[in-house]
Formats: sequence, C-alpha cells, structure tokens
Amino acid sequence: MTRPTTSLPPAPRIRYSTWLLLVILVLLVVTSFVSLQLKWHEFFSREAIATTLEFLRGFSPPEIAPAFLMRIGNATLETLAMSAIGTLLAALFGLFLSLPASGRFGITARLITRGALNVLRSIPELVWAAILLIAAGLGPFAGTLALAMHTTGVLGRLFADTLENCPSLAENTLRINGVSPASSFLYSTLPHCSPQMMSYVLYRWENNIRAAAILGVVGAGGLGQMLKYHLSLFQMHQAATVIIAMLLLVCVVDAASFALRRRMTR
Amino acid sequence: MTTTPAHLHDPAWNRRITACIIALVILWPMLVMAEFKPWILFDAQSLQATWQFLTSFFPPAHSLEFLYMVAYSTWETIAMATAGMTLALLGAIPMTLIATERLSISRLGTGRMARCSMLLRQIVRWLLILLRSVPELVWALLLVRIVGLGPTAGVIAIALTYCGMLGKVYADIIESSDPSACDGLLRNGSGRLSAFLYGTLPASASELVSYTVYRWECAIRGSVVMGFVGAGGLGQRMDESMKMLAGDELATMLLVFIVLVACADSVSAMLRRRLE
Repeated sequence: MTRPTTSLPPAPRIRYSTWLLLVILVLLVVTSFVSLQLKWHEFFSREAIATTLEFLRGFSPPEIAPAFLMRIGNATLETLAMSAIGTLLAALFGLFLSLPASGRFGITARLITRGALNVLRSIPELVWAAILLIAAGLGPFAGTLALAMHTTGVLGRLFADTLENCPSLAENTLRINGVSPASSFLYSTLPHCSPQMMSYVLYRWENNIRAAAILGVVGAGGLGQMLKYHLSLFQMHQAATVIIAMLLLVCVVDAASFALRRRMTR
Repeated sequence: MTTTPAHLHDPAWNRRITACIIALVILWPMLVMAEFKPWILFDAQSLQATWQFLTSFFPPAHSLEFLYMVAYSTWETIAMATAGMTLALLGAIPMTLIATERLSISRLGTGRMARCSMLLRQIVRWLLILLRSVPELVWALLLVRIVGLGPTAGVIAIALTYCGMLGKVYADIIESSDPSACDGLLRNGSGRLSAFLYGTLPASASELVSYTVYRWECAIRGSVVMGFVGAGGLGQRMDESMKMLAGDELATMLLVFIVLVACADSVSAMLRRRLE
C-alpha cells in the first residue's frame, strides 16, 4: 500500500473574532435556557401529555353547521378585505412618503422621513392594532389601519430605495428641457419604477393576508377575532373550524402566489 | 373653442375608464366589509380618547423599578427567541436530512427514488408544511392553554413554526446547490452523512447560516407579538399596560422595542456580512 502522493492543503485558519462570536453564541443559548425557567415538566410529564391529548381531542369533530360555515366565510372575506385595503392605503402613503425619503427634498427631509418609516416598520402589525383599538374601536377597521401603518413603513422604504436606484437620465433630460419637476417625475421615473413597486405591493399583500388572519386576536376583526372568541369560551369544535379555515387561507394564498410567480417569471 | 385634434386623443382612455370602474366595483364591497369609516377617527369622543392616551405617553415611564422590569422582559424576549430557535434547529436539521432528495441513494442510477423512501420524504415534507402553515401566534394561543401563561408556550410556539420554515428553506437551499460533489461521493460508496458534510455543506453553509441568522431576527419580533396572547416577554408587559391604558409605560416599552429590533437588525446584518 502506497501513501497518497498529494497531501491535503492545510485547513484554513479560523479568525479569533470568529471564535469569539461562537463562544458568545453558545453563551447566549445557554443563558437563554437557564434564565427562562421553562416548565418542561408541565409539558412532557405523563399527566401533561394526557391533558394535552384531551385538549386536542376536544377539537374533533370540527363544527360544520351551515350557519357557522357562513360566518367563517364572512370572516374570511373580512380578512381578505382588511388585507387588500390595508395594502392599498399603505401603497398610497408609502409612495407619498418615499418622495422625501428618496432624497428629493434635501438630506434633512430624507433622514427624518426614513426615521419615521423605520419606526412605522419596526412596530409589528399586532402591536399597532392593539394601540389603534383606542382610536378606531374594536373591529376590522382597527386591523386595516394597523396593517396600513406597518406596511407603509415597509413599502415606503422599499419604494424610496427603488427611486434612489432608478437611473436619473430620462428625468434629467426632461428637466433640462424645461419640463416641470412634477411632470418629469410622473412621466419618466415613476413609469420606470412602477413594475418593481407593483411587485413589492403584491408581495406585501400576500404577507398581509396572513397577518390579517391573526390580527383579530387582539380584537381587530377577521378570522383571528373568531378564533380568540371561541377559544376563550372553550368552544373547541368551532375553534377547530376557524383554525382549519386559516390553514386553508394560508395554503391557497401560498399556492396562488407560487403559480403567479411561476407564470410571470417564465 | 376648438376640439382637440384626433391625434391628441388618449388611445388608452377607454381602457383606463373601464379599469377604474371595475376597481371601484371591487373596492366598494371591500370597504364595507372592512368597516372602513375614517370619520369615526375624527368624532369628538374618539379624538378625546386618543388625545388623552397620546398625552399620557409623555413623559415615558422611567422609575427605576419599572426600567428594571422592562430590562428583564427584554432579556426574556431575546431568550425566548434564542431558545426557540435552538429547539427549532434541533428539529429542522434531522428533518432536512431526511427530506432532501440530494441524499437519496436509490435516485442515483435511475433518477427515480424507491417508493418507500419517496413516501417517507413526502411525509416529512407535509409535516414541515403543517408546522409552518399554522401561524406562530395560533400555536402560542393553543400552547398557553396547555402549559399556562409564561415563556414556555412562546418558546415551543417559535420552535414549532420555525422548525417548519427552516426545514423547508434548508431543503430548498441544499437542492439548489451544485449536485456534482455530493453525487460523486454517494456513487463511490460514501455514507450519506459524510457525503452531506463533505459534498453539500461546504458549498451552501454560508447561505444556510445567513438564513438562520435572519430567522433569529424574525423570532425576536415574533416573540414580542406572542406576548400579547400571554406567552411572556415584552409583549405581555405591553398588553398589560395597554389594558390599563398606561401610556407612559407603553411609550417606554415601544422605545425599548424599537431599539431592540434595530439592534437585532444590525447584529444580524453584521453576522451575515461576515459570511460573504
């Protein structure tokens, strides 16, 4: 038996900072588990498993009375309407805010608007919904506004980036030839960026349908509100139907967006 | 007054009008369903309630005791996200290894998997789909009823949802990488695990880690939201302050939350930049 003629190249050296990061990571994970006081015994003990099974058994059979299914259908439509209008509002406001955020009105306006958009974006829909309940009252309107708030932050920033990355040749040409700033924007940059913006809007709408389904757990309408209601009254059969409806909604939206994407990119 | 010459007529005019009418016809029932009544924002009672609530935001609560509580809940949120992600990884990695077609040996010669292993892969895939299709908030809502209020429910909810997401995306990343190295190893009789470790992992490792870090960032945001159904952390404190209409406490927590998200954002961006 001969020794292999080629020796392996030396292993790449690992930087000290990488080691440091790995140690920090392990520490983070360990302290997380230690500090949380997780109640595993309440989840994995024999009686816990028995109560869990009983809890799950309570769900079957799902309620399928026609009257109830009608209500589910209504709530689903409400969820869809909330997401569509929320996204539409967000697209309008986002476009409006993206103009200063893309630096068209000076650097100060850009910084301020970007900061505002970041705040809008970093507060999740559900937290917005909880806050807006005070102004808009219980019901789908609060949910719609909450979706609009969060999505305005997301879309405004994406739109601003799109506008900033758009080549400015066409608009500059119009400006040099004496067209007003508004029309040169409307006739050159906006049409150039609109396909990209449209795809962002559709993508966010897809996300918002999913978000709208659960927003209701704080009382903001749609399927989530039904789920919360029936779960708090321990009407498990009805709750099971609502969960199935949510799953179906999510799957249908996923499949539709997948099919659309396939068709558009082919 | 002269009529506009024919060549200045907008050729798309009819189409635009039709599109507008159709959009209005679709939009109208939606506005009704979503109870879209902006004017209720501006009636006297609602304005007064909003104004009172907003004025109570200033100054944000800053007693030492409260700040200590907020710091603790913030750590609880981070810890929930980290622990949940760790558990999710423990579930997702084996499930990915089972689900990915890249490690199928029966596929090698014929391009077609044996029926039994195909069935197994499909079952794991369906399981992953089920896990991630139920929103994390719904998992949390159900788990709170099983294990009681507190972070345990949140951790398990994150673990379940993110296990589904990670498993799916990991399998996608692995399957979109270059198959030749892994196939070569498998064809020459290497074991599946070593074929994966030496053939597939080096090429897709940075993408896998990058996605994991991104998901950790999402988990932090998600764990705040889950607090609203009683799963512990910053969200639960926010919900409590909300119900007591304590605007000053809410203001502090919102600020802390925004800073937390910004930090998670930049840490994850920093980590992902290192991988490039």
